[in-house]
Amino acid sequence: MKLTGFLLLAGGWIIVLAAIALLPSGASQVSFVLAALAVQALGLSLVFRAHLTPSWERK
Amino acid sequence: MTPVRAPALTEISAALSFVFILLIPFATAGLALINAGLGRFKNAAHSMLSALCVIATAALVYFAIGAAWQGSAGQPAFALHAAGRDWNWIGAGRFFLRGVELGGWSSLATLFGLMSTGLAAIIPLGGGADRWRLGASCASTVLLAGWTFPLFAHWAWGGGWLEQLGFLDSGGAGVIQVVGGLTALCITWILGPRRGKFSTQGMPSALPGHNAVLVLLGCFLAWLGWLGLDAAGAILFTGVEASRAVPIVVNTTLAAASAALCVAGITRARFGKTDASLCTNGWVAGLVAVSAGCAVVRPAAAVIIGLVAGALMVYSVEWLELRLGVDDPGGSVSVHAVSGLWGLLAAGLLAATAPVSWLAQLVGIATLFGCILPLTYGLNWLLNKLSPQRVAVEGERQGLDLYELGAGAYPDFMTHNEDFWQR
Repeated sequence: MKLTGFLLLAGGWIIVLAAIALLPSGASQVSFVLAALAVQALGLSLVFRAHLTPSWERK
Repeated sequence: MTPVRAPALTEISAALSFVFILLIPFATAGLALINAGLGRFKNAAHSMLSALCVIATAALVYFAIGAAWQGSAGQPAFALHAAGRDWNWIGAGRFFLRGVELGGWSSLATLFGLMSTGLAAIIPLGGGADRWRLGASCASTVLLAGWTFPLFAHWAWGGGWLEQLGFLDSGGAGVIQVVGGLTALCITWILGPRRGKFSTQGMPSALPGHNAVLVLLGCFLAWLGWLGLDAAGAILFTGVEASRAVPIVVNTTLAAASAALCVAGITRARFGKTDASLCTNGWVAGLVAVSAGCAVVRPAAAVIIGLVAGALMVYSVEWLELRLGVDDPGGSVSVHAVSGLWGLLAAGLLAATAPVSWLAQLVGIATLFGCILPLTYGLNWLLNKLSPQRVAVEGERQGLDLYELGAGAYPDFMTHNEDFWQR
């Protein structure tokens, strides 16, 4: 889950880079950047989740 | 993308920014005091010594390699040619500051970077307080000062691809604060919570800081340091005239004031009493948040930035601890990462005196999450595999002062029953 989360974070960034490199300025570029941020939010939530259980077990 | 040129500085602007840069160590000292005060009494000397060692490590590593990779606008850099554009991604300077003319004003950006690295490096100490070994914190600083900080600093300040897109971060809300705050998050994940912080059901217990006076004194010092940080950064990277330093100082102060009072109001309303440590963190959160746009927002917008930063800080501290199981004794993640991210976005949304692209600000935020966070976690994870970063159980019980330094910060203190320890 942790690795998947980090991959989603990096994947979202690559979508952002692709959007600013390949798409003309405008609504489509903005949409892609916002979609990429949503992907990153999902990735971040997975990384947080992956770190929940071990922390409570480490008593 | 258009190459970025370094702003032309007049003699008075250069001299003034040099004086402002000299104030930055006050911010570093302030954060060190805050971290020490919010930790346990048995780790106080260790916390302050860690701060000193981390700053020393950051300065040496930045001198050796960081400054070369950060570079500055108009200086040689490596660029990738893709999709019909040049993506300036890392500086091509020479190591050990060879090639930097230290005798002239042209080296002010390097001096600013040197001071800022120490500030960024001290932020993770708050997240790893009470359980991070001294040697491990220095080793982690090598990674920050030698790689992650210069990389993002080049992109945002050194004429890199983000700056070419129009990304604005004059006072380092992203470069210093978010990079430091995300490093703190990685450190808290890797170290795990302090023993006794969470019950078997995952409920957190309060482990209050040992000295509120240190924390509040740190707050005042941080204010002074931030005035210099924001004003120098704005002159050097945004190219504002020396006379614009006055509104920058006003904005910085208003944001800190509104954030602290917002936190005071929220804690009073929710808990019935004003929380000193949260108010202090609120003050710093306001300073952090306004850093990005201090040169381009109006005073009323600075107040809004501070109010939102204060509210975000309080709720994110609670969320991180209660819901996400993050043990961050100094509040570094909330104060520096969360507020810094808000500051970057706010600079795009509320800029009035100069145009700022909010899309470029979003791209910068995505870069921090998509590149800097995984990179920082990966490097620190590898470091932890090579040599565990967390102190041994005995060291945590005894206190890092005695365990790692051999003497406590307060030798005349009576050690009482450790009521925080889970039995």
